[in-house]
Amino acid sequence: MTAQRGWMNDLFRDTGSTSFTEFVGSYAPGLLPGRFEASGPVGDRLPHATTIVAAVFAGGVVIAGDRRATSGNYISQKDMEKVFRTDEYSAMGIAGTASVGMELARLYCVELEHYEKREGRTLSVEGKANRLATMIRGNLPMAMQGLAVVPLFAAFDETSARGRIYSYDVGGGPYEQTGYASIGSGSLFARGALKKLYREGMSAEDTVLACVNALYDAADDDSATGGPDVTRKIWPLIAVIDDEGYRRLSDEEVEGYVRRMLDQRLQTPDGPTAPLR
Amino acid sequence: MSMPFGYVSPEQEMRDKADFARKGIARGRSVVVLQYENGILFVAPNASRALHKISEIYDRIGFAAVGKYNEFEALRLGGIRYADINGYTYDRGDVTARGLANLYAQSLGMVFTESRKPYEVELVVAEVGDTPDGDQIYRLTFDGSVADEHGYVAMGGVADAVAGRLKDRFREGMPLEAALDAALAALTEPGGERTPVAQLEVAVLDRTREHRKFQRLSGPRLERLLAAGGGTAKAGKAGGGSTAGKPTGAKETGAKEAGPADTGPATAPEGDIDTGSPE
Repeated sequence: MTAQRGWMNDLFRDTGSTSFTEFVGSYAPGLLPGRFEASGPVGDRLPHATTIVAAVFAGGVVIAGDRRATSGNYISQKDMEKVFRTDEYSAMGIAGTASVGMELARLYCVELEHYEKREGRTLSVEGKANRLATMIRGNLPMAMQGLAVVPLFAAFDETSARGRIYSYDVGGGPYEQTGYASIGSGSLFARGALKKLYREGMSAEDTVLACVNALYDAADDDSATGGPDVTRKIWPLIAVIDDEGYRRLSDEEVEGYVRRMLDQRLQTPDGPTAPLR
Repeated sequence: MSMPFGYVSPEQEMRDKADFARKGIARGRSVVVLQYENGILFVAPNASRALHKISEIYDRIGFAAVGKYNEFEALRLGGIRYADINGYTYDRGDVTARGLANLYAQSLGMVFTESRKPYEVELVVAEVGDTPDGDQIYRLTFDGSVADEHGYVAMGGVADAVAGRLKDRFREGMPLEAALDAALAALTEPGGERTPVAQLEVAVLDRTREHRKFQRLSGPRLERLLAAGGGTAKAGKAGGGSTAGKPTGAKETGAKEAGPADTGPATAPEGDIDTGSPE
């Protein structure tokens, strides 16, 4: 390769690493997120993505997110998609600065795919989770300036045939969660709802319904989380990952779950109750 | 190559390099790439399970190579970087086989003219379209020539003989089983034993798949496909029997001689260097 020059030399130069991020860093560093210094806190002015929930069921995992993005008291987008398919058996949801989160998700997708194509195998679930932690930690300087973003990572582990969930903080992580987890401004309410509704070994269908309820409860008490929009037919984004891979539920499917929940809430506005004894 | 005080004409130098590269490529087994009903099929006899000759480059783009492993592996990795960085910079739909073929042509051409040793590789870059008309197959030779192929390509050791056999069996819009059978029949010398399943590397670019179209076929699924195509195999063999003499004869010498113009680009300086014109 010594005969090559210029830009092609860069493309064919092996960085010796399987990481796409590292390659972009040496080839075109301007393309990486987080390579600039903001002169002051800008985070408040940029749209924020809000609540994501995930729950494990027998043989897989469900991840769901509301559709709202807010900047301050202003709703900047009603139909934002903040759950991303990262590869065949994993997905991530983002909360925090929407633009940074979307870019991060896009980079992370390429990161996983790049490894897979290069090495001819997929990363282990732990490997994927650790890789995401490194990328979040790389965003720490921006988080200090108000551009924080936090992901929730859900994956189906093919070796143990079960769903797994990892959460993060702005410094990285990962923190593996058992059962269920939530992130974002409405996460406290969503977690409270899941705590009462979640049962170990639930079916996929019941788990989706529990997640829909949890998002509704979050929207109920958190102004930054969007509830289902019946007039515009904007429903939460729900994905199921099991041994057949990632599957995003169609709008019609999600509408079915949401209508079922709304019918019940017309009778009991606070939703299903957990037995006290 | 360079003698003291000796002058070597550019023609001679290029011819020596081309002969050298061709000899290197001829040592390896052939690889076949052909269109089928739902996309593009890659078949390579490959005893190694770890060192792939066929690879995914991007959502719709596949790669196949023959020749020296370390050289085409470097090209494969460069191609993956090219595709990933373009898809990340712009959009996934903006990564094309044409762009990748150009990059490879530039790189191979530069190595061929500027370095002492040319690459001993031959590549196919294929992109599956939404319809069979949108499928693209580019064949690249060690000197950077690009050929835009239609239907099928054979490259490697006895490429001309394999291409000849494939020509007899190839039909447009074949189902996968039939295409696989045609490929295997083409890769097998008349009267010879077919490569065992365990030593086959097979992959498809399947336009009906979501997201990434590339898929490797192996194990039980490949065995089922081969069994399903087996019925036509006998008929195909019997039909091809009458022309059996020619390909075997060509096999002995085909490696050293420049290929005939209809089966691929001639690669000596005086030949038709680039047949990559759209037709």
